[in-house]
Amino acid sequence: MKLTLGKIFIEDVQFGKDTKVEGKTLFINKDELLDAVGESEYIDNIDIDITHPGDEVRITPVKDVIEPRVKVDGPGGIFPGMINKVQTVGSGKTHALKNVAVVTAGKIVGFQEGIIDMTGPGAEYSPFSKTHNIVVVANPREDVKQYDHEAAVRQIGFKAANFLGELAKNLTPDEEITYETLPLLQGVEKYPDLPKVGYVYMLQTQGLLHDTYVYGVDAKKIIPTFMYPTEMMDGAIVSGNCVSACDKNPTYVHQNNGIIEDLYEKHGKEINFVGVIVTNENVYLADKERSSDWTAKLTEYFGLDGVIVSQEGFGNPDTDLIMNCKKIEEKNIKTVIVTDEYAGRDGASQSLADADPKADAVVSNGNANEVIVLPPMKKIIGMTDYVDSIAGGFDGSLREDGSIEVEIQAITGATNETGFVKLTAKEY
Amino acid sequence: MVKEIERAGIPVVHICTVVPISLTVGANRIVPAIAIPHPLGNPAFDKDEQKAIRRKIVDKALVALTTEVDGQTVFED
Amino acid sequence: MSKKRVVHYINQFFGGIGGEEKADIKPEVREGVVGPGMALQGAIKEEAEIVATIICGDSYFNENVDEAKKVIMEMVKKYDADLFVAGPAFNAGRYGVACGTIAEAVKKELKIPVISGMYPENPGADMFKKSVHIIETGNSAAQMRKAIPAMANLAIKMLKGEEISSPAEDKYISMGVRKNYFHETRGSQRAVDMLMNKLAGEEFVTEFPMPNFDRVDPLPALKDLSNAKIALVTSGGIVPKGNPDRIESSSASKYGKYDIADFFNLDEMSHETAHGGYDPIYANTDADCVLPVDVMRDLENEGKIGKLHRYFYTTTGNGTAVASSKAFAEEFSKELLADGVDAVILTST
Repeated sequence: MKLTLGKIFIEDVQFGKDTKVEGKTLFINKDELLDAVGESEYIDNIDIDITHPGDEVRITPVKDVIEPRVKVDGPGGIFPGMINKVQTVGSGKTHALKNVAVVTAGKIVGFQEGIIDMTGPGAEYSPFSKTHNIVVVANPREDVKQYDHEAAVRQIGFKAANFLGELAKNLTPDEEITYETLPLLQGVEKYPDLPKVGYVYMLQTQGLLHDTYVYGVDAKKIIPTFMYPTEMMDGAIVSGNCVSACDKNPTYVHQNNGIIEDLYEKHGKEINFVGVIVTNENVYLADKERSSDWTAKLTEYFGLDGVIVSQEGFGNPDTDLIMNCKKIEEKNIKTVIVTDEYAGRDGASQSLADADPKADAVVSNGNANEVIVLPPMKKIIGMTDYVDSIAGGFDGSLREDGSIEVEIQAITGATNETGFVKLTAKEY
Repeated sequence: MVKEIERAGIPVVHICTVVPISLTVGANRIVPAIAIPHPLGNPAFDKDEQKAIRRKIVDKALVALTTEVDGQTVFED
Repeated sequence: MSKKRVVHYINQFFGGIGGEEKADIKPEVREGVVGPGMALQGAIKEEAEIVATIICGDSYFNENVDEAKKVIMEMVKKYDADLFVAGPAFNAGRYGVACGTIAEAVKKELKIPVISGMYPENPGADMFKKSVHIIETGNSAAQMRKAIPAMANLAIKMLKGEEISSPAEDKYISMGVRKNYFHETRGSQRAVDMLMNKLAGEEFVTEFPMPNFDRVDPLPALKDLSNAKIALVTSGGIVPKGNPDRIESSSASKYGKYDIADFFNLDEMSHETAHGGYDPIYANTDADCVLPVDVMRDLENEGKIGKLHRYFYTTTGNGTAVASSKAFAEEFSKELLADGVDAVILTST
C-alpha cells in the first residue's frame, strides 16, 4: 500500500467572506462552516472561534483535535465509517492542511476533558498550542444523555475537519512524502537483510469518553488486527476519548502518529517496517488476556524481530501494556514500550500500576501528576466552570484571578504516549 | 491501600477486575470481579439477577476472609 | 566575597579518637578540619571552608538519638553553616545511620543543603536516600580518594545553588524522585532509537527502570464470621450524591468517610461515583455494583456476618499516587481498628 501525503502549510486562519485558501491563509466563512457541520438533535447551540499560537487564550473543556485532510486520489474518503463510506483507505494521494486544527470544546460531558493554552507555561506542554485552531464550541440541549452528547460533538468535529479538508483538494502541496508498505512476503523479499519491525498500537476502549473507533467500529469490540500504517493517515482510526487529556490520542495524533512517521524514516534503509497491529484496552480481564495473546500471536506470525508498543491512558491499561510486552518478549521478539507516569505530585511514588522485569526498554513521556500554574488568560474559549472537577484538577484549582493550578494531566497532549511530544522524566 | 490495611492488622479481601494489578501491588486475598465500571454487577441482567451475581462475589469474598493463605491467592470459581 | 561555611560530621574512628572501644563518646566539636575533612577541604577550598568538625561515637548516637540530634543541631547552628557534610560512612552501618539521621534533621530544621556518602548496601543509604543526597562510595575507607572528589563536586554545586544533575552524573544514590524535563527529541524518535539499539544488541538505557513492589505477609483467616464486624472500602469513588467533600475525579488528595447506617441499598438518588477513570453510568445508576451495601445488609440480616460497619471509606484510585492512597489507608485503618472492625472488603474498579 502506497500513499503520497501532500502537505499544505498554512500560516494564518481568519474569518472571511468566502471559505478558501489564498496564499498561506485559510479564510473561513463562519456560516458556511456552521452549515457544513449541520444541526444535531442533541446540540442546543454551536459557535466557532479562531485562535492562534501566542494568543492569550485558553480553550477548555477540549474534547478532540483534528487535522483537516482530503483524499485527492485513491479509494475511499477521510474518516471512513464515520464521515465517508467504509472503504479501505491509505493508498493514492491525500492532502493535509498543516499547522491548523479543528478543536471541539463546549460544556462538559464527563469529568475528563482537557485544557489548551495558546501562550504561557501551559502552551509548552500542549502540542496544540502551536497550531492555528478553529474551535467548534458545541453545547448540548438539556437532559441529553452523556453518550449522545459525546457522539454528537465527536461527529461535529469530523464534519468540520472534513469540510475544511476539502479546500485542500485542488491546492498544490508545499511538500510531498510517499510512504509505502508492501504486502508481508513481498516486503521480506525486497528487504531480506533488514530486521522486521512492527508497531503495536494500543487504543483506549473503556466506555464513555474512553472509546476509539477503527473504520467506524468501536474498538472495544475488535480483536487485535493488522493495518497498513498509511490507513491511519487517512483517518481510519478516530478518537472518542479525552479522559485525562494529557495521555489520550486526539484524532490529530492518530493521523500524525509519530511512531509510524519515525519508523518510516528508517524503513527500507535500516529496518523493514512491516505494519501496525491495533489492539484495545478493555475493562474485562478476559478481554485483556485475549487481546494480549492475539497481539503476541500476530507479532510471531509476521516473523517480527522488534516491536514498539504504545499505550493510551494509565491505571488498568498499564496491565494491558505489561501483558503485551511480556507476551511478545516471550516470543523472543525485542520490545520497546512507550508510556507515561503517575508518580505523584512530588514524583516520589510508584509510576505505573503494573510492572514486569521483561519491560526493560521503556520510553517515558513524563509524570502526569506534576503540578503547573496556568496564569489567567485574556479570553476563554469554552468555559472554565469545570476546571475543579476535570481529571488533573482539584478543589480550588480555579483561582479567583482566573489562574489555574492543575496537574499537567489536564493539558491536552502533555504526556502523549505515542511519543508525540518531547516531555519525559528522569529519576533524581 | 490493600496492603496498608493488612499491615495495620485487619484481614482484607480485594475484589477487583484487574487481578494482575492486584497481584503486582501485593494483595493477598483476591476475588475477581466482573468489569471495571461495574465490578459487582452486570448491566446485561435485570436488577434481581445482578444482585444474585453480587451476592455470589461477596460470598466468595467471605470465603476468602475465612480461608488461611500462605501467599497471594486468587479465589476463582 | 567571603567563603561559604561548612560543618563536617564524622565518627570517633575518623576523628582519630579510637575504634569500637570509643564508640560511646558524646558529640564534641573542634574548630577547623579533622581527618577526612582535610582532603575535602582541599577539594572545595576555592569556594568554602570547613569551619568546624563534629565528632560523635556511633554507639552513643544510635543509643541516644534524640539527645545527640539536639546537641549536634546546636553545634551546627552556632557555626552558622551554609552546608552540612556527614561522613562518608562507606559500609559502616551505625555510622551510616547516624550520618543519615543527622543530615536529614539538619536539612529539615536548618534548611541548609546536606550531603553524605555511603556504600549502597549501607543500611543508612536505604533509610535516607529519599531525603538526603548520598554520594555512592566504595565499601571501605580505602575508597576515600574516590569518594572525596564526588562529594566535593556536589558540595560546590549546592553551595553555588546550581541545579543538581542526575544520580549518574553527580554520583549520588538515586532518591527515587521522578522529575519532568523536555528532551531534545520527541518520544517516538527515542522509542525507535531504543529499538534499533536493542535489535543490534547494543546498549540502551530505559527511561523508567521497573520497580520492585513490596509485599506484606497475609494475616490469619477470620475465625468467626457470624460475629465479625466487616467494613466496606472502595477505590471506585462512590460518594453520596453531589460529592460533598469534592473528592477529585483523578489523582485524589483525600478520601471520604460516609455513614451508611440507614441504607439498605444505594441508588441513583443517594450515591454516585466521583471517579474519572471509567464509564460512570453504571455506578451512578446503582452504586451497589461498586460498593455492595445491599448484599451486605442481607448477609447481616441472615446472620451470616455479625455487622456491617456503619461507615464506608472511599477514594478515587484513578491516577492517585501510591503514596497518597497508602497514607489514606494508614490513617483510616487506625479508625477501623479503634471501631473494632474485624475485616475489610475492598472493592476496586
